[in-house]
Amino acid sequence: MSKRLANNIAISVLWVAAASTVFVLAWLLAYVVVKGLPALSWSFVTQWPTGVTASGGIFPTIVATVYVTAVGFVLVIPVAIGAAVYLAEYAASGRFVNVIRFAADSLASVPSIVFGLFGLAFFVYALGFKFSMLSGGLALSLMMLPLVMRTTEEAIRAVPQGYRLGSYGLGGSKWQTVRRVVLPAAAPRIATGIILAMGRAAGETAVVMFTAGMAINAPIFLTDPGRTMTSHLYVLAMEGISVKNAFGTALLLVGMILSFNLFARWMAGRRG
Amino acid sequence: MLAGARAASISQSELENHDVIKERVLHGLLFASACVAVLGLVLIFAFVAVRGVPIFAKAGVVQMLSSTDWSPMDGRFGILSFIVGSFAVTVGALLLGAPLAVGAAIFLSEIASPRVRSIVKPAVELLAGIPSVVYGFFGVIVVVPQVRALLGGSGFGLVSGCIVLAVMIVPTIAAISEDAISSVPRGFREGSAAMGATQWQTIKNVVLPAARTGIVDAVVLGMGRAVGETMAVLMVLGNAPVIPRGPSDPASTLTSIIILDMPYASGDHQTALFGIGLVLLLLSMSFVAAIRILSRSRKAR
Repeated sequence: MSKRLANNIAISVLWVAAASTVFVLAWLLAYVVVKGLPALSWSFVTQWPTGVTASGGIFPTIVATVYVTAVGFVLVIPVAIGAAVYLAEYAASGRFVNVIRFAADSLASVPSIVFGLFGLAFFVYALGFKFSMLSGGLALSLMMLPLVMRTTEEAIRAVPQGYRLGSYGLGGSKWQTVRRVVLPAAAPRIATGIILAMGRAAGETAVVMFTAGMAINAPIFLTDPGRTMTSHLYVLAMEGISVKNAFGTALLLVGMILSFNLFARWMAGRRG
Repeated sequence: MLAGARAASISQSELENHDVIKERVLHGLLFASACVAVLGLVLIFAFVAVRGVPIFAKAGVVQMLSSTDWSPMDGRFGILSFIVGSFAVTVGALLLGAPLAVGAAIFLSEIASPRVRSIVKPAVELLAGIPSVVYGFFGVIVVVPQVRALLGGSGFGLVSGCIVLAVMIVPTIAAISEDAISSVPRGFREGSAAMGATQWQTIKNVVLPAARTGIVDAVVLGMGRAVGETMAVLMVLGNAPVIPRGPSDPASTLTSIIILDMPYASGDHQTALFGIGLVLLLLSMSFVAAIRILSRSRKAR
């Protein structure tokens, strides 16, 4: 076989691999959009499920998804940014920094079902928070922590050293430099990481199932339980009771998360 | 190195006393935040272990790991079939998904025009964010009926599980491999082309060997994701607690059995599910350790 022929064959194979990858993913997306659109209506997002939760709308599950994600978001931000500032600005490299990094890497690789089990054992049972938005938000924040820590630390490290030296030259203290100079300069990239993590949290199922509960409820207080859109989609799909509403829920969920991610990309692109 | 210079330039007397205290308190708070990751990991280990270890003591580690008899109501807790199930879908998904993903990554980096690349790459990365429950739903509605039509049976089983999982891990593996391949210096390719190599010879003999470690990392990451994946697998696997005999047989995984049984489990049954969680946790930790050891031995070379 001549090398030209081998080349042409190999290049074609690569074309096929790329085309089929794009095709499968585009098909999945198009399928959800085409089948989901007819289910979407104003009443679908504003009304409660009726019957055996199969017909009607999915309003409470949307509230629960937004609620539990927001709780996770509020909890993770101070801790993750604090940890990243410590690692990037304060910590001298050494054994302890390695321990923190190993812990963060390990947390990032823990399967979501294990976060769910832990949330059940710790937040729900041991701390007595029951199935609630608080338990769900706490478990999600722990899941988001390594992701936000990593992106924030990278953002802080990308701030040019001259910014800091300028601040010190003007007599700024360490904290003043971090708060007034470094964090504002890193803010767009930090926000990008946080939004990406929120997209992941909103799409999480196994964690919230065991911590926020499966009760259909529009939560008001932190102690209220609620079934998220992901858990609802799981129930609808597995019991096969309403394929139409399942498609509607899937489309809303995908739309929500893709817009999170597109927004994050747009922010990342804006800094040039 | 700069910290020393800073400490020297800002002597304590220049700062108001309360500023010094403020700096110390803030330093402490930041340090505490950094400790949360460690504390979280320790707590996860502690609580899953405390709830899960008693079953290993009671039923015996060897007995549990070597038996396929999962009859929690009768006090028999063999989890071998779940381990085999997890292993089978992971390997199947990698065999299907990894070549596709790496092929797509090579295409994007080496062959695609910048215009195609600028559209396809972000699209693939975005798809990595689609929730697993949506992949599972897609599997139930589209993949399972196709498999049923082709292979007979219910359609819920290993084949469907592998296909859905492969689709799920392709974006992850493709995006990371592409980064590794496109970071190979341009000069490598030019050198190869100048020697008269065709594009494929350049890819095969120069680019891929140079990017090998990054691609291996991507595949290991995809593998970790596949082992820990719960919802998508659970929804299409058929969930029979037996070792599958053929590719279209139903199976169960370590992750799926936890979700399925937890809502009604109590007593030893619940303890056993936490025990399975502990096995998963140890598996995922060993992936992290493996990547660390790989990258360390690379640096050493």
